[in-house]
Amino acid sequence: MSDTAAPIRSKRVLPGLTLSLGTTILYLTIIILIPVLALVLKGAEIGPERFLRIVTSPRTLAALKVTVTAAAVATVFNAVYGLLMAWVLVRYEFPGKRLLDALMDIPFALPTAVAGLSLTALFSANGWFGQFLDSMGIQVVYTIWGIILAMTFTSIPFVVRTVQPVLEDLDPTLEQAAMTLGARPWVIFARVVFPAILPAFLAGATIAFARSLGEFGAVVFIAGNKPMETEIASLLAFIRLEEYDYAGAAAIALVLLIFALILLVVSNLLQRWASRYREAK
Amino acid sequence: MNFPYLRAAAVAFVLGASPVAAQDHILNVSYDVARELFEELNPHFASHWKEKTGREVTIDQSHGGSSKQARAILEGLNADVVTFNQETDIDVLADGGLVEKNWREAFPNGASPYYSLPSFLVRKGNPKNIKDWDDLARDDVQPVFPNPKTSGNARYTYLAAYAYGLDKNGGDQAKAQELVKKILAQVPVFDTGGRAATQTFAERNIGDVLVTFEAETGGIAKEYEVQGFERVTPSVSLFAAFPVALVKANADKNGSTEVSTDYLNWLYTPEAQEVLANNFYRVTDKDVAAKHAATTPEVKLVTVDEVFGGWDKIKKEHLAEGGILDQVFVNQ
Repeated sequence: MSDTAAPIRSKRVLPGLTLSLGTTILYLTIIILIPVLALVLKGAEIGPERFLRIVTSPRTLAALKVTVTAAAVATVFNAVYGLLMAWVLVRYEFPGKRLLDALMDIPFALPTAVAGLSLTALFSANGWFGQFLDSMGIQVVYTIWGIILAMTFTSIPFVVRTVQPVLEDLDPTLEQAAMTLGARPWVIFARVVFPAILPAFLAGATIAFARSLGEFGAVVFIAGNKPMETEIASLLAFIRLEEYDYAGAAAIALVLLIFALILLVVSNLLQRWASRYREAK
Repeated sequence: MNFPYLRAAAVAFVLGASPVAAQDHILNVSYDVARELFEELNPHFASHWKEKTGREVTIDQSHGGSSKQARAILEGLNADVVTFNQETDIDVLADGGLVEKNWREAFPNGASPYYSLPSFLVRKGNPKNIKDWDDLARDDVQPVFPNPKTSGNARYTYLAAYAYGLDKNGGDQAKAQELVKKILAQVPVFDTGGRAATQTFAERNIGDVLVTFEAETGGIAKEYEVQGFERVTPSVSLFAAFPVALVKANADKNGSTEVSTDYLNWLYTPEAQEVLANNFYRVTDKDVAAKHAATTPEVKLVTVDEVFGGWDKIKKEHLAEGGILDQVFVNQ
């Protein structure tokens, strides 16, 4: 067998760059860019002055504050528990592990309105959990805690599913080496494991945060929707649509879009910084 | 036993009675809670149409929030007729050139074959003794109704309470606003639509009184019979039209103008009115209305035109961003 006989073949599975990239960009344009562009244009139509007035009105500010606060708390919850769940799923063997792994994706598959209704039923004053909380004087449903709960539910898979593969790829010999050098478990986690999964962890948390900002279906059922108190930004956009005020809706949607874009850019920068840091080490 | 000739005769009969070419088709785009109502009405109309013309008709239904449905039609939903609970939503279609400008004159009674009014549903035995709109502003009473910003139903509630405030205080706007402000401040949760508010009240056990269309209170009392809800009619309420219109641009294109027009006219016949009255709507046919007088108590009904000077004015003064509704609702 001489190597001259081997045919010259492209190593790529898909056909050439032009076709692959062209298809990708066309698809991206139709499905994502054009709708986003329409939103931006609609927002631009109203002019910077009116845009600012809509966005800085007390009601919009209150809605944004509720949304961002709830999304932040939900993200902290998810960061902690998401990491824990990923850890348990990767590092241990136990009966029912497969089932638990599958359950992790339920929030992706379930219609968010169904999630919102179920959570409301469970946590309302006469629900399974709600009755105990209620007797302790804790009200979840129709308060900001309800909003946080719904956002936590819909965004937890983001953290689990981004951390999980990185943890799986982590070379166990590194930890063993650390152990032979006398490091305690906690030190191993803090100095060896955590830095390695940090980029994925941050990326997952950022996407979970972005998703929470835009969540609508699950939240409106549990939020109480009182203006200035428990009204979320996407509901306010919806309300503007009901008033046939397309410009007002677009302005609020644009703010959410800008938030999301900033978050995604931050997430990317963090990941790049983290990987450079790792390589340098 | 086998009767092949009988079966053949039956097939021939069925085929003969329904010539394939004469299939009519309507899409009725309607508000959320009318789903069951039209499911009940439509077969009656189908047999009426068959009797009248010998043709079959299929009626498709689409239900959702009234304003959302209007937007969908503006954006291309191919509706032949609309049966809404908001006149403003048909006006939007008229502005968009899909419905004729004079749609209110196209059918009797302002194009509203049936009507209703905001009314109350209270818990068994009426423990909080709720009789009228004042009681909803009491500190110990929690009224439940959806967000007036997202629900046409609740917009009527807001306007009816306002109209009562004016009626009681000799037209004093400030006092009327004070009343609705207090009522809105007492609401524990604002759902986005009427069905969700019903769930909040009936299944989550929240609030003391559900405010919704009288037609709804009847249906809910029947559906949640075990809970023994009681219907309470306030002394003053607002005439709530359930307007219908032909979406002329679509119907002409679909060739369904004749059957669509007949469908809407048929809603005024005693046959249809009987079904409507059985669903707790108030009807325009005098004989049918008299028959159901026992379940529709007397109430002083005021109209939007009398009290507020029409929907255009309401839109500008009350419902627009920063209007009276925002002032009493947002600045609680």
